[in-house]
Amino acid sequence: MGRYLIRRLAAALLILLGVTAITFTLSFLIPADPVRMIAGRSATPETIESIRHQLGLDRPVYEQYASYVLRLAQGDLGRSYVQKTEVGTLIWSRLPATLLLMAGAIFFELAIGIPAGIYAATKRGRRSDRGIMILSFAGVSAPQFVVGLLLLYIFAYRFGWFPMSGYGTLGHLILPALTLGIAGGGWYSRMMRSSMIEVLRQDYVRTARAKGLAERSVVLVHALRNAILPITAMIGLDIGLFMSGAVVVESVFGWPGIGQLAWQAIQRLDIPIIMGVTLVAAAAIVVGNLLADLIAPLVDPRVRLR
Amino acid sequence: MASIFKRIARDRLGLAGIVIVALFVAAALAAPWLAPYDPNEQFFEGLTLEGSPKPPSLEFLLGTDLLGRDLLSRLLYGARTSLVIGVVANGAAVIIGTLLGLIAGYAGGWLGSAMMRFTDLMMAFPALLLAIALAAIFAPSLWIVAMVIALVNWVQIARVIYTETRTLTTREYIEASRALGAGHARIVFVHLLPHLVPTILVWATLGIATTVLLEATLSFLGIGVRPPTPSWGGIIFESQSYFLSAPWLVFFPGIAIMLAALAFNLMGDALRDVLDPTQRGR
Repeated sequence: MGRYLIRRLAAALLILLGVTAITFTLSFLIPADPVRMIAGRSATPETIESIRHQLGLDRPVYEQYASYVLRLAQGDLGRSYVQKTEVGTLIWSRLPATLLLMAGAIFFELAIGIPAGIYAATKRGRRSDRGIMILSFAGVSAPQFVVGLLLLYIFAYRFGWFPMSGYGTLGHLILPALTLGIAGGGWYSRMMRSSMIEVLRQDYVRTARAKGLAERSVVLVHALRNAILPITAMIGLDIGLFMSGAVVVESVFGWPGIGQLAWQAIQRLDIPIIMGVTLVAAAAIVVGNLLADLIAPLVDPRVRLR
Repeated sequence: MASIFKRIARDRLGLAGIVIVALFVAAALAAPWLAPYDPNEQFFEGLTLEGSPKPPSLEFLLGTDLLGRDLLSRLLYGARTSLVIGVVANGAAVIIGTLLGLIAGYAGGWLGSAMMRFTDLMMAFPALLLAIALAAIFAPSLWIVAMVIALVNWVQIARVIYTETRTLTTREYIEASRALGAGHARIVFVHLLPHLVPTILVWATLGIATTVLLEATLSFLGIGVRPPTPSWGGIIFESQSYFLSAPWLVFFPGIAIMLAALAFNLMGDALRDVLDPTQRGR
């Protein structure tokens, strides 16, 4: 376990370093000169030169990259062009909202996907199974902004059950979390269904049936435990899906998380914020994958450590 | 071949997917003949007296948008945008992914694993955020959006092709053709590639669904295809602030995006069942 852990950690660190190389290259491709963005239009050539020097943009590329990585390691993500605040501070203050949204989304995708998958597996090949599979496909194929706007229209505007937008109460959380969780619900119902079908074929399930247990307890007590194992490890992999989805969902619902921060930054071409959110999201994905890899052998000893 | 068609015909969901895909392609190709109006013409009678969009009526079957343009015509032309992006962006992603996966899989060794570590790196990037960063850097146009999507979407197929190529290269017939003096190019393109065609077809079809969704999302965020080019995501972006009083402006394009993505997903899934027997019955 120890060696495995170290190898996985080292790989994760290498990937993070690669991610910084990509964001660094991207920020070089920007046609707009960051110095002019900071200095403003009325700046004299001398001011521009001195800001360029202060930012270290007159040094060779490899030196700039090294100092970029060093600054990142210290948590310094640069400064927003428009808001003139530290990007790190902006992201940090908005992270709790996004994490809350993701927790809600995980709740909904499991609450939808697992029961639907179990039910479909027990009704395999019948009409209700096919119905659930069509719905899961529809959930995966539905763009999140359409789902979000429709939920808003029906449940917030028509029925008035939920607030239109904002943050603070459980009522505010439900619609955005549901929107973010629906696609995952579709995936999990498919995964759960095939995992359940696999387990229901096992000998021990036949034994349980043969000793006269009710089908209900065979499925829910004996089969479910093993069928759900591969699913638990997948939650870590959802983070990537959520990080992209958060931009859309938070902009639809006015949810004050890092997705909305990125969306506002797009409108103003505030590149440091976009890069900062991308970096944080990539770091979250790497950590999520690492967790998935570490959890899998813990919950299911049959998964060998490689 | 005939048996493939028979098997697809038995899969009703897959068949439904193929029919919708055919309708979608037909609508995109025949948009100039099907559309009742010019998609960019702003009708005086397309707005109410207060200047708001009109709901669906006999004159404008799906209603009008904020500028008094016919929504049905815009949706039909929007299908063209989605189709062009779907074919160009996804086509490029499939070509890049297949080539890189093939080379990495065939070469193996340090080159192969270095290339696969690079796909690990790309997987760690949140696709939409990378697309946003790229789209924000380059001024968006139809072709930039296609390029951005291709740059993001090639990874998945590269990994699938890599895995398949790894298993194929260990087969005896590859060793045999090498013993007969076949060069690398001949082995890769004549002996490996044909075996990968089913996989490529499946992932190309599934990839169109992803591409349609990504284009719609980018356009919805305002960094996709530029107006006045009609795009389904763009129509929703333009009318978002109006959607409580004019829900048809979100509803109809939303249904179009979802149906298109769903149809390509169903078709890809049906193709996988037919072309890859090991996946059957899952």
